[in-house]
Amino acid sequence: MTTATLERLAVSTDADVVRVRQAVRTFAQQARLSLVDQTKFVTAASELARNMLVYGGGGDVEVEVVSDGRRTGVRAAFADEGPGIPDLDLALTDGWTSGGGLGLGLSGSRRLVGQFSIDTAPGAGTRVEIATWSR
Amino acid sequence: MTESVPILKIGTTLLVSIQVDLQDDTALQLQEDLADRITRTGARGVIIDISGLEIVDSFIGRMLAAVAAISRVLDAQTVVVGMRPAVAITMVELGLSLGGVRTALDVERGLAMLEPDEESAEDVLLAAAAEREQR
Repeated sequence: MTTATLERLAVSTDADVVRVRQAVRTFAQQARLSLVDQTKFVTAASELARNMLVYGGGGDVEVEVVSDGRRTGVRAAFADEGPGIPDLDLALTDGWTSGGGLGLGLSGSRRLVGQFSIDTAPGAGTRVEIATWSR
Repeated sequence: MTESVPILKIGTTLLVSIQVDLQDDTALQLQEDLADRITRTGARGVIIDISGLEIVDSFIGRMLAAVAAISRVLDAQTVVVGMRPAVAITMVELGLSLGGVRTALDVERGLAMLEPDEESAEDVLLAAAAEREQR
């Protein structure tokens, strides 16, 4: 897998979440995702960036175009050093929220992307990685 | 804090056209501004044009549902218009159904939806006359 381009963004304000959406959209276009797949990926990125801000106290986003020689894709990673998620199964349940949200951030964004992985432990922060490949 | 979204008044209808990627705090401000304008102007309808939005995530979705609920309590109806097809597909997959929010394809149809549906006396008489002629 070779990496074409990469961008890192820090998220600590509402305005940063908008910047993440815009950067991720540019990369998803470069990866030649369909308009619907672009929209899904950017929406998932928006949810995850906001989660990071609200629950993780902010963090860093890394986004890149990836290629396996045959297809291109877009990959984004969201890492924070917040409290982590004690019960991951619960956090991935539709409608469950520890804050004031709708409880769709994690569970919903998982449905919007091709690949979704999450690495978290209480006190050890949270890292979510998503990817979608062109068809 | 970014600039606020302008609210236009046409007769008894308030029209909001969201042209830029909304920051969370701007969306909340719009919600408050709309509630304020409805009570101050006695508006009976609110049209929110989201044709400029490339994504609607759970936060914006919740704002739209909240505006609809708030305006209902203030005796006004809200119609969300202009949603892009890719946004509609993504929202449903994310798990946002916008239940309780009326929608229309464009501003024109939205305005038609807000028009009072009672017939004028003239229309009733004309319809009756037309019916008599047919017999």
